Amino acid sequence: MAAANPTVIYMDNNATTRVAPEVVEAMMPFLTESYGNPSSMHTFGGAVGQAIKEARGKVAALLGAEPGEITFTSCGTESDSTAILSALRTYPEKRHIVTTRVEHPAVKNLCENLETVTGHKYRVTRLKVNAEGLLDMAEYAAALTEDTAIVSVMWANNETGVIFPVAEMAKMAKQRGILFHTDAVQAVGKVAIDLKNLDIDFLSLSGHKLHAPKGVGVLYIKRGTLFVPFMMGGHQEHGRRGGTENVASIVGLGRACELAAAKMVEENSRVKKLRDRLEEKLLATIPKSMLNGHKTERLPNTANISFEFVEGEAILLHMNQHGICASSGSACTSGSLEPSHVLRAMGVPFTAAHGSIRFSLSVYNTVEEVDVVIAKMPEIIESLRKLSPFWKG
Amino acid sequence: MWEYTDKVQQHFLTPQNVGEIDKPSGTGDVGSLACGDALKLTLKIDENDIITDAKFKTFGCASAIASSSVLTEMVKGLAVDEAAKITNEDIAQALGGLPKEKMHCSVMGREALEAAIADYRGLKLPMAEGEVVCECFGVTDLEIIRAIKESSLRSVEEITNFTKAGGGCGKCEEKLRKILQDTVSGKSEISIPQAIPKKMTSLQKIKKIEEVLEREIRPGLKKDGGDIELIDVDGDFVIVSLRGACKSCSKSQTTIKEYVEKKLRELVLASLIVEENN
Repeated sequence: MAAANPTVIYMDNNATTRVAPEVVEAMMPFLTESYGNPSSMHTFGGAVGQAIKEARGKVAALLGAEPGEITFTSCGTESDSTAILSALRTYPEKRHIVTTRVEHPAVKNLCENLETVTGHKYRVTRLKVNAEGLLDMAEYAAALTEDTAIVSVMWANNETGVIFPVAEMAKMAKQRGILFHTDAVQAVGKVAIDLKNLDIDFLSLSGHKLHAPKGVGVLYIKRGTLFVPFMMGGHQEHGRRGGTENVASIVGLGRACELAAAKMVEENSRVKKLRDRLEEKLLATIPKSMLNGHKTERLPNTANISFEFVEGEAILLHMNQHGICASSGSACTSGSLEPSHVLRAMGVPFTAAHGSIRFSLSVYNTVEEVDVVIAKMPEIIESLRKLSPFWKG
Repeated sequence: MWEYTDKVQQHFLTPQNVGEIDKPSGTGDVGSLACGDALKLTLKIDENDIITDAKFKTFGCASAIASSSVLTEMVKGLAVDEAAKITNEDIAQALGGLPKEKMHCSVMGREALEAAIADYRGLKLPMAEGEVVCECFGVTDLEIIRAIKESSLRSVEEITNFTKAGGGCGKCEEKLRKILQDTVSGKSEISIPQAIPKKMTSLQKIKKIEEVLEREIRPGLKKDGGDIELIDVDGDFVIVSLRGACKSCSKSQTTIKEYVEKKLRELVLASLIVEENN
């Protein structure tokens, strides 16, 4: 559908982000003249290899890691699969995975697959969350067993922005001799991460969530952690991931990590203020609206708000008419018939889950944009409620 | 993003006939908040059985709203019998097509229409009488079989797209596959029953009988110089009195049983027994 208003107000940054102009600039030489293969013996290719090395250093710096702990992949999903499958291959006698009920499909569906396709060779414990989306640490402690090969818990939830205490959880896993993986796709660039001081063995990140292009990701593998590769092939990435490097994107990701480090403060101050302004105004002006997820244990850019008695897809398409981009946890938007597993796990009532909208901001958003959304949303919700047989307004 | 036709967008952004008719002739209420979509259709039907007005209220996505809106446009001005023939495929076609994952929205429109017509006629919908196969969305085997037959469905995924069955926990997948195989191979012994009579209040029953006598029976008798009068309704017994030429007709008993009783059984209640007042 073509937007009626050509100016797009982009508040869907947990889905993907705009590639930063600085990133595009850094990438351009590798899409044009510097096309050499980083593995080549000649200087022409070797210079490209040098660019990858620099990018690796920049990614490591953002994460508080060593360059040798950084492996480039094609996306967050590949990183997640690589980490979890590596742990299972490293400890074939261990058949238990601990994860949560609110993971991204990249982890959720892999775990389901490991249970069912293998004929229940693997056992999966999915930790519950409370109404605010928080985990119960006692349940977690009790879930760790001798048989547990790996724990996989996201750093921050993509739908609600709720942050999990992965540092503490990783420590508890380590004490039991269990590997710990975190899908930090939503957290990197928004939360300060210092892996050298943490017991996290594996961490996944995705380029396109932090203003790098799509098609590049990273798996952090802590030094000393036993590892079995997922992608077999050449010697690239120290033999940890075969396949010729996605050079331009890797260079772009390096630049994006540099920018993210520089903008972390802005993300947690200006962007957070914009998010708070949006959230407070919407909750105040629209009756029967509610926040999903814990108010403070949350990413600075995400607001997930439910508007009861109306359906998310219909809301999004009306927003689209004004050029406003966001997401919904409703059934209809996902192509499935049930609303978001995250909201259901939190026990959000159906009336609210179907009408949930996720606004996710970035450093590119302005106060003017926020005010347009604040002005438009009440009329959109009201017009749809007029159609709703459940609205007794 | 769904590929919606211009027609779907038009009906979604400027829906027609939104609201509820005051004192409707028939109401169809289908879906629920839990299911993610719901539709309340109200119809105004005149004494000639013509749908003079239709209004809707819908909770749901763009295609659910568009399906409801276009449906109200389609039925307005139609005779009830004609409207009853509208299928979900007709609704989807009127919108220039729907994404296959959204076909259940058109099915919801059709179900609401059926429910509203059944309500008007005082009948109970047969579909709900089947055995519930999909517990997540409360879909019966009868609804699934009809969708398979009418829309030539050939996979479990298609059944889910059209009826939502199997779209929740997925536990009924095996059952759906069996129903699909049996229906396609013609093995299914389940036939879809006609609308079944619903318990009517005496007042509703009398009103309905009067309507049918007036509309369906009296004109025929009058052509032959006769007439009929309703004397009493006592349980299933309908006492009538024949007038004019019919009164002295030697075939009056045949008229009563073969014509009047048959018509009333067909249009009001299958258990009715018509007797002449002596």
